[in-house]
Amino acid sequence: MNFQPGKDTLKREFKTVGKRTPRPDGLDKVTGRARFGADMTAPGMLWGLILRSPHAHARIKKIDTSKAEAVNGVHAVITSADFGPCPDDVLDIRENVMARDKALYDGHAVAAVAATSRAAAKQALKLIKVDYEVLPHVTDVDEAMKPSAPIINKKLFTQGLDKTPTKPSNVAERFEFGHGDVDAGLKQADLVIERTFKTEATHQGYIEPHACLASMGTDGMGDLWCCTQGHFMVRQVCSALLGMDASALRVTASEIGGGFGGKTTVFIEPVALALSLKSNRPVKVVMSRSEVLRASGPTSSTSIDVKIGMNKDGTMTAGDATLRYQGGAFPGSAVPYGAMAAFACYDLKAVRAVGYDVIANRPKQAAYRAPGAPMAAYAVESVVDELCKELNLDPLDVRLKNASSDGSRASYGPNFDVIGLRATLEAAKAHPHYKAKLGPNQGRGVACGFWFNFGGETSVSLNVSADGTIGLSVGTPDIGGSRASIGNMAAEELGVPHDKIRCIIADTASLGYNDVTDGSRVTFASGLAAINAARDAIGKLCERAAGIWGIPVDAVTWEDGAARPSSPNAGKHEPLTLADIAAQAGATGGPISGHCEINAEGAGVSFATHLVDTEVDPETGYVKILRYTVFQDAGKAVHPAYVEGQYQGGAVQGIGWALNEEYIYGKDGRLQNAGFLDYRIPVASDLPMIDAVIVEVPNPGHPYGVRGVGETSIVPPLAAISNSVSGAAGVRMTQLPMSPPKVLEALGRI
Amino acid sequence: MVKVQVWGSLKPALEGADEIELEAASIREVLDQLSENYPAMKQAIMRGVSVSVDGRMYANAVMVPLQPDSEVFVLPKLVGG
Amino acid sequence: MFQIQVSTSINGDDTEFSCEADETLLDVLRDRLGMTGSKEGCGTGDCGACSVIVDGRLVCSCLMLGAEAQDREIETIEGMADGTELHPLQQKFLDHAALQCGVCTPGFLIAAKSLLERNDDPTEEEVRYWLAGNLCRCTGYDKIVRAVLDTAKDMRKPAKTKKPTAKKRVKA
Repeated sequence: MNFQPGKDTLKREFKTVGKRTPRPDGLDKVTGRARFGADMTAPGMLWGLILRSPHAHARIKKIDTSKAEAVNGVHAVITSADFGPCPDDVLDIRENVMARDKALYDGHAVAAVAATSRAAAKQALKLIKVDYEVLPHVTDVDEAMKPSAPIINKKLFTQGLDKTPTKPSNVAERFEFGHGDVDAGLKQADLVIERTFKTEATHQGYIEPHACLASMGTDGMGDLWCCTQGHFMVRQVCSALLGMDASALRVTASEIGGGFGGKTTVFIEPVALALSLKSNRPVKVVMSRSEVLRASGPTSSTSIDVKIGMNKDGTMTAGDATLRYQGGAFPGSAVPYGAMAAFACYDLKAVRAVGYDVIANRPKQAAYRAPGAPMAAYAVESVVDELCKELNLDPLDVRLKNASSDGSRASYGPNFDVIGLRATLEAAKAHPHYKAKLGPNQGRGVACGFWFNFGGETSVSLNVSADGTIGLSVGTPDIGGSRASIGNMAAEELGVPHDKIRCIIADTASLGYNDVTDGSRVTFASGLAAINAARDAIGKLCERAAGIWGIPVDAVTWEDGAARPSSPNAGKHEPLTLADIAAQAGATGGPISGHCEINAEGAGVSFATHLVDTEVDPETGYVKILRYTVFQDAGKAVHPAYVEGQYQGGAVQGIGWALNEEYIYGKDGRLQNAGFLDYRIPVASDLPMIDAVIVEVPNPGHPYGVRGVGETSIVPPLAAISNSVSGAAGVRMTQLPMSPPKVLEALGRI
Repeated sequence: MVKVQVWGSLKPALEGADEIELEAASIREVLDQLSENYPAMKQAIMRGVSVSVDGRMYANAVMVPLQPDSEVFVLPKLVGG
Repeated sequence: MFQIQVSTSINGDDTEFSCEADETLLDVLRDRLGMTGSKEGCGTGDCGACSVIVDGRLVCSCLMLGAEAQDREIETIEGMADGTELHPLQQKFLDHAALQCGVCTPGFLIAAKSLLERNDDPTEEEVRYWLAGNLCRCTGYDKIVRAVLDTAKDMRKPAKTKKPTAKKRVKA
């Protein structure tokens, strides 16, 4: 019964899909009842706090915890010594959650305590004596690549070169993507523009700090409650770090107060488990905002060169990019995805993108909404914009002329399936925003963006209750309303009203493994699995109906929420609704459930075009966003209100990245703006309404045509805003954020 | 023969070849042969790769059947946000 | 340790608690009284997730001491609905999909309620500036601003006789 790409029809009338239905978690969230990471308590619970390095790079010579242990109320103090050996694939995570020999960045955890009160824990933290030998540090990506830079990891030799080097460096890996003869392509061009761009690190900025409640017993069993994008991932990593059986640890995902990629790994969870193990008491650990900024995943800061050739008619002849991303103190920045996504919007005969994964004395970067792609798109789309200006061409026309389309070869290799880039460009061109008049000091920016979108491992269980209502268990934490979307797809398939289905996020003991909520995969993959589980249940419901009627099962069909004889030959039988069959489930063979366990395939890639108008104040350098419109392909918008929400939210995060947000490090390598006052994310008064235009080019890999929508919306804004500001200011901007001092500098005012 | 291209940091592991042709009926068979024939690729494949088959991306699935003329790209393992 | 005894009113209910001198009202609400609807997003008064109303004034409960609650009248998200009836803002937030993750929602609802109690006909700009002390990272604020404007419009309609009773409850 599982969906077969190409065999199901995408052209159908929907009853529930596409409707703006209420969300199942809505009431809890407007009444304060919803329980997030920090909202859970347990009998005998202790408070855990973490001691963090004040140094950007320092050898840890000795840690003396004796005085902390003596504080009344303290039940456990741990250091890296409390974590035993672990498999290679989680070594970096172990090192990141608790520094071993060296502290690698300001904020790196070095010890932790658990006590009966936060006050006692705080007092104990102060009494832990760490003997540091401060080492030279480096935080800038270009500085870190220099041969003279302090070497952070002496065992790191650059991978991906023709010959592995004999000396260690801060460059972990080199990546190259592309096809065709780039040099020849550039030579053919009427105009070649080359620019270098720099972007600062930004933080995902979820409003809910990381929080968890761990309870480990002496019987080897554990329970963990935490806010995460993937509780199965948490179970896998934590059980590996603590040397326990995966199934002995049950992880329950709390409501999650935003993630954006930042909660796709673990930080405090293994620490809380280790404290609980040592104290034999439940332990709650909640990060402060300063800890979130200093020690949980920001993005990479980057330095990018882009060279593009264009002919007078707007044809792009070749594209070439070199991308350098520092991803903090450990290898694994998002540079490969940046390099793959950089030119993905363009159908180029010759394209090359080279990426360098660089380490520096900063927190280990974590995924942030289309990881790596916004910076790459910023650089590429800025050069495309400049070419259009120089050649006096319309930026949308040039993009339409060169746009990737169905079957064209992607800059990262494979050929595209059915894609919606052109549709978003055409929608932008037809929109009144594009024709609106601009005033003095105002500019209009255009940019496109791409993201891959994933499928991945997914397990869903659909249980029919005796009254015919449905419990739907999924294993992908709901960040932005996915329970509503997934439930609606199951309702559509079963032919029942949406409010007869209750969709919940089940714990790790209740379902098979689920990949994390990432890669814009949930509505696609958990939705696909829910559709398949519904079809599985329908098969069983039809069997029961066939039994009740005494006819063969292939003479029964499911339509509008009821089993019906498939033809007059099957005899005359009144339809049996889901509720009718459910009421007889026990007598006809037992409970009825549908299941689906898949590695979901066929996620459709996603494209967007953004239009933005800004005004630059030449006196202060302040940039005001006047108007913003997002055009993005959703394939099929299952719940349009939440699709719009993804478009608007991504655009505004991009506005923050473009204009305000940055990690500011002092000469001492310490983060100087570890709070929401100085790390300033956009607030309501900074913004206009964000118009969201949903374009629908169905994804052939999903029965309803669904594409992921979560990430692509953050890819174009950096470039769109930079292009707009460059137009308004009359000078090409090449650094982010475009904070007032940077704009004034570009204008030659300071 | 299945056409296989290897990209990203794995590219040098192919020792200069842009594209290789293999007899393989699934992604698993492609990866097994790459590991066997190109020692430098073995570790990378063990760490995880994503594979595109005829334009469709597979994050970690290996049982995907290939057609005799399938076009396969071996890419860095994808993550999302 | 020495603790301070405090008598106060929370959502119209007489409430007593004891707390340390340096404990914030937010910590008292969450950890002593089990009222976890108010959230801590920053602990420094920058995000508004802990917004409560104290004697009619909008306050970040992370910036106020628990001991300062003595003889005050405090409104939190837990008291915003009138029995089984949601406050119009709560309903409009649901209708407009003005929440995604929902962690900032209690703070926004309290802040918006405080606005509408002062100004029943705010402009979009007034809504945006009033809510500038509340951070939302998911929505881009668009749907939140629309929900607040739409609530204000509905609450001004004379036809809607059933007014929210929060004010009365506070005075109770």
